[in-house]
Amino acid sequence: MNKRAVFKSRWLPILFALPQLLLIFFFFYWPATSVLTWAFSLEPAFGGAGDRLFVGWDNFRDVFADREYWQSVALSLVFAFTATALSMFIAFVLAICVDRQLKGSGIFRFFYIWPYAIAAPAVGLAFRFIFAPESGLIAVVNTWSPDLWNPAKFGSHAMILVIICFAWKWIGYNFIFMTAGLQSIPRSLIEASSMDGSGPVRRAIDLQIPLLAPTLFFLLVLNLTESFVGPDTYGIVDLTTEGGPNGATNVMVYRIVSEAFQGLNYSGAASQSLILIGLIMVFTFIQFRFVERRVHYK
Amino acid sequence: MIERTPILNMVTYFIMIFGLLLILGPFWMIFTASTQSLAQVNAVPFNLLPGTDFVHNLQAAWHRANLGPAMLNSLIMALLVMVGKIVLASISAFAIVYFRSPLRHVFFWLVFMTLMLPLEVRVVPTYNIAADVFEPVRWLIQTLTGIELSLQWNLLNSYSGLVLPVIATATGTFLYRQFYMTLPDELTEAAKMDGARPLRFFIDILLPLSRTNMLALATIMFVYAWNQYLWPKLMTTEADYQTAMVAMTTLVPNINSLPEWNVSMAGALIIMLPPLIIVAALQRWFVRGLVSTEK
Repeated sequence: MNKRAVFKSRWLPILFALPQLLLIFFFFYWPATSVLTWAFSLEPAFGGAGDRLFVGWDNFRDVFADREYWQSVALSLVFAFTATALSMFIAFVLAICVDRQLKGSGIFRFFYIWPYAIAAPAVGLAFRFIFAPESGLIAVVNTWSPDLWNPAKFGSHAMILVIICFAWKWIGYNFIFMTAGLQSIPRSLIEASSMDGSGPVRRAIDLQIPLLAPTLFFLLVLNLTESFVGPDTYGIVDLTTEGGPNGATNVMVYRIVSEAFQGLNYSGAASQSLILIGLIMVFTFIQFRFVERRVHYK
Repeated sequence: MIERTPILNMVTYFIMIFGLLLILGPFWMIFTASTQSLAQVNAVPFNLLPGTDFVHNLQAAWHRANLGPAMLNSLIMALLVMVGKIVLASISAFAIVYFRSPLRHVFFWLVFMTLMLPLEVRVVPTYNIAADVFEPVRWLIQTLTGIELSLQWNLLNSYSGLVLPVIATATGTFLYRQFYMTLPDELTEAAKMDGARPLRFFIDILLPLSRTNMLALATIMFVYAWNQYLWPKLMTTEADYQTAMVAMTTLVPNINSLPEWNVSMAGALIIMLPPLIIVAALQRWFVRGLVSTEK
């Protein structure tokens, strides 16, 4: 773990650590302490001068008493789990196919990575057009029967739209990690099992999937974290539905940002932020436990 | 590979082609929409063949969203963030790995914990501190000495404001730390025996050795920085510092305007091109950077 041969210098490590230390102090930890204090206090009334009012858990009580908050939690759960499942499933099927290394599979691999390069807002804008109710690819269904598909009007359609955006964008990322994971399975194992008479499907089910489990678990946690609190979720929702219609896609991360900036409800946003930070910590903890186990496994 | 499985191969190809349609379909839609006229792009059912207005739409998008300066801003921001992250990562990891001080663990954990504080959850206070960077300094000096200073530094609407708040890098620091750990101790010992001081060792031995890491990190960080959205959107109120990603949002058709999807798709096409070129052309490095930062 530690280096045996190190240097002795008093000022150099400090000098080298200082830039990053200052940056994280100013732009991460100082704002984080503000979030912490705001979550437990209130702005003095009428924007008056003076110290903030300490109110204990009141802000949290307000948040938990708000039905819209629970709606947004439910929406986040639906969004995160569906988008993660969809994205990982498609990426997994494609990775297994590409890993068979048939002729020309390199070309497929080349393109499957592309979605990762596209920024979430651009994905949102493109899919907003493709799935627009009055023009684009899907609009034709509305000529069969009016309002068969209208994400600007129906909440469930809007949710499907943002889920598709997120899942599509993350296929690229998931695919990269799954192919890397599949490639790291020793070739000799595959050959031994085919000597024993197993076909490609049997090998995929009994050999590749179990050996890929650590990668799949890592991706599962990462996808869930990203869809709950990631910038992609914010960018996609902002460019497609803006949380609407009627709050049907107002997921937690989007709600926090819009509440803080448009609603100017700092204390409410801060308490919701703290809850999200807690969630991220849980995810990170799970990730860590698993990483540790993988190290032992090797 | 080993056996003949013609039917299964057919199925595999079928799935892979279906996947290709799924991935490239949206790209094709963006492209064809951006080549069509206003009437064509709003036709139902949508015509999947390119139209004739490509150049016109590109020009319209370019002028309407003021993409010239915006693309330049994005490029400047992306390059500064990319270089900044590599420099920060390499020197921070050097301080953590090659010196024996109890504080290095604290430093490492402080850097690591930033992963749990994404911008979305600290957006308002981060905006406040960007508007007044020396607020904590003033507060500190005032509580310590009672002196009130009038030190001010506003980052809003500036390149430093675009870059500094997103430049700290936990993943990059991990990557470099990981890389330093794989180097043999004998290398350090030999360098020390030859009389190399730490700075010389860092510049002449570590940095050249880390070239592949650096390239891998550079590709993912460029894409990351180019695709930043929330932060540039919040902190640039003046058009002079608007990035391409933010400028693109002005092309979204709203209820009161013509549904000029052809122009918005042309705009989307322009702004998505630079990171796409990086990922397509430097795919080997990009994949390597991505996979190795997440271990």
